[in-house]
Amino acid sequence: MSNQGKVDCGRRRLVVATAAVGGAGAVAALVPFVSSLLPSERAKAAGAPVEVDISKLESGQMMTVEWRGKPVWIINRTKEMLDTLPKLADQVADPKSEKNQQPAYAQNETRSVKPELLVVVGICTHLGCSPSSKFKAGAEEGMGADWLGGFLCPCHGSTFDFAGRVFKAKPAPTNLEVPPHVYLADTRILIGEDKKGA
Amino acid sequence: MTMAGGNYEKYKSDGSLAGNVLEWVDARFPATSMWKGHLSEYYAPKNFNFWYFFGSLALLVLVIQIVTGIFLVMHYKPDAALNAAGVPVAFASVEYIMRDVPGGWIIRYMHSTGASAFFIVVYLHMFRGLIYGSYRKPRELTWLFGVGIFLVLMGEAFFGYLLPWGQMSYWGAQVIVNLFGAIPVIGNDLSIVIRGDFVVGDATLNRFFSFHVIAFPLVLIGLVAAHILALHETGSNNPDGIDIKEKKDEKGIPLDGIPFHPYYTVKDIVGVVVFLMVFSAVMFFAPEGAGYFLETPNFYPADPLKTPPHIAPVWYFTPYYSILRAMVWNFFGLDAKFWGVVAMGASVVIFAFLPWLDRSPVRSIRYRGPITKVMITLFVICFFILGYLGTLSPSPMGELISQVCTVFYFAFFLGMPWWSRMDKFKPVPERVTMK
Repeated sequence: MSNQGKVDCGRRRLVVATAAVGGAGAVAALVPFVSSLLPSERAKAAGAPVEVDISKLESGQMMTVEWRGKPVWIINRTKEMLDTLPKLADQVADPKSEKNQQPAYAQNETRSVKPELLVVVGICTHLGCSPSSKFKAGAEEGMGADWLGGFLCPCHGSTFDFAGRVFKAKPAPTNLEVPPHVYLADTRILIGEDKKGA
Repeated sequence: MTMAGGNYEKYKSDGSLAGNVLEWVDARFPATSMWKGHLSEYYAPKNFNFWYFFGSLALLVLVIQIVTGIFLVMHYKPDAALNAAGVPVAFASVEYIMRDVPGGWIIRYMHSTGASAFFIVVYLHMFRGLIYGSYRKPRELTWLFGVGIFLVLMGEAFFGYLLPWGQMSYWGAQVIVNLFGAIPVIGNDLSIVIRGDFVVGDATLNRFFSFHVIAFPLVLIGLVAAHILALHETGSNNPDGIDIKEKKDEKGIPLDGIPFHPYYTVKDIVGVVVFLMVFSAVMFFAPEGAGYFLETPNFYPADPLKTPPHIAPVWYFTPYYSILRAMVWNFFGLDAKFWGVVAMGASVVIFAFLPWLDRSPVRSIRYRGPITKVMITLFVICFFILGYLGTLSPSPMGELISQVCTVFYFAFFLGMPWWSRMDKFKPVPERVTMK
């Protein structure tokens, strides 16, 4: 359908303008569809803090609570467990917790408010599996003979020590996340908020 | 001869009722034209062998999946909330299908066996393309549509695997969605958009259900149509990799071509019968496929607080999963995690570049030399090793082997422009060869 090079410029401008307006309309029509993929208001509201009673948590034990659909571990570390931490300083990727994976009050050697009590999100920072506890030192739980105890992610083999610090040359890029938390009393922790009654 | 899409004469009635009806239809719809163009006058090379069963079998499995899927949706509920018994509704509805819906168990096993069968058939179909150079000019678009089908199929399988809402469903989705989180800058927001929540939950289950039963099947059917139309435009390749259209009789029909119907429709029926025998045997006697088709942890309802001690994707994803795990190095200031995702994505997408990577002067492996045969053999071995390692827990030895195989996997493709040319070639025959 050739008109031998005769182009009606006015008509072509109108066609281009119409196509541009139509295209803009089509793109604008995407907005409600794309926004419907975002978390709903209900999902956004569901992040309420969780209060935990730790009075029954014996030394060396660990408990798991759910916060925002994720497991949060509370581990009452023994002295032996805590003693492993300084020994591992040259084997873990971020020994001083310099990456922003914890509130300022947990940026210390034990990554916790109280030295023995670790509160940490039990989700591997690699691809989101929940690591398994391998608390016994040595090869007893299938780890290497030089294993001092900690966690092993079953999915891709990342290992963490008793402070949730990731070992070097493992797929997980950062230490386990310490959630914001505050002690309401000696044996009651509020997970998800920093301040009492806030 | 005219190929698909060409103009055939409209049907002229012989005066019978059926003839009159066909003439009436043909004047309004290209019925005769489509029948002839794609079946009775679509001339396929006469030397098709065993490897040519898998295209039509893939179509058969697609039909099985659609039909069984329609019936499963009548009873399945995509709902992650817990029921009165404390079991997620989605998980309970699958158990309901298995135990209480008459015939439900067989329909579900058809669907779950069909998923694995789909990948077996498609992998064999792709292997056929690889050894006979079916992707070479002029069939590049047929190949690209095929790669598209493969990608959509992987998405379809992944979305479908979440629906039973078992432990493996949940944690598999968790891992794969978090893969997108490894993309710099946009990753975190992107994974939230995919999940529809900050964690894998009810919103995720519902959208995966929507993708699995509507969006992806529609795209899949469209791509299958495009794949077949493109194939029928160029004509089929064959085990000799030579062009049958170069030698035609006085009517313009390829001398080495035979009409697809009835010759290949009947041949394919033999393939269908044998396939259904194997399919039924698996479905009735080993529907779990020794834990490879249906993984044991998926018989436990999803628990967001506890990852099963050993998680692995379903077998058809394990080669790529091994490639993901093999990347443990940080490059250019980006995490190993990101490079794992890149390598995994690239290992799938790289198939699309085959038509341009292969520089061999002949298509078929029959006329290519030892280099090609060794490379393809090693590639297949690597693919199997990666697949096997992907089903195992991570170990230092497994990591090293998967790294070696990953390097070879990519060397196979990226080195192809050189090794495919270096080989010794045999002269190709004028006409197709048959025993």
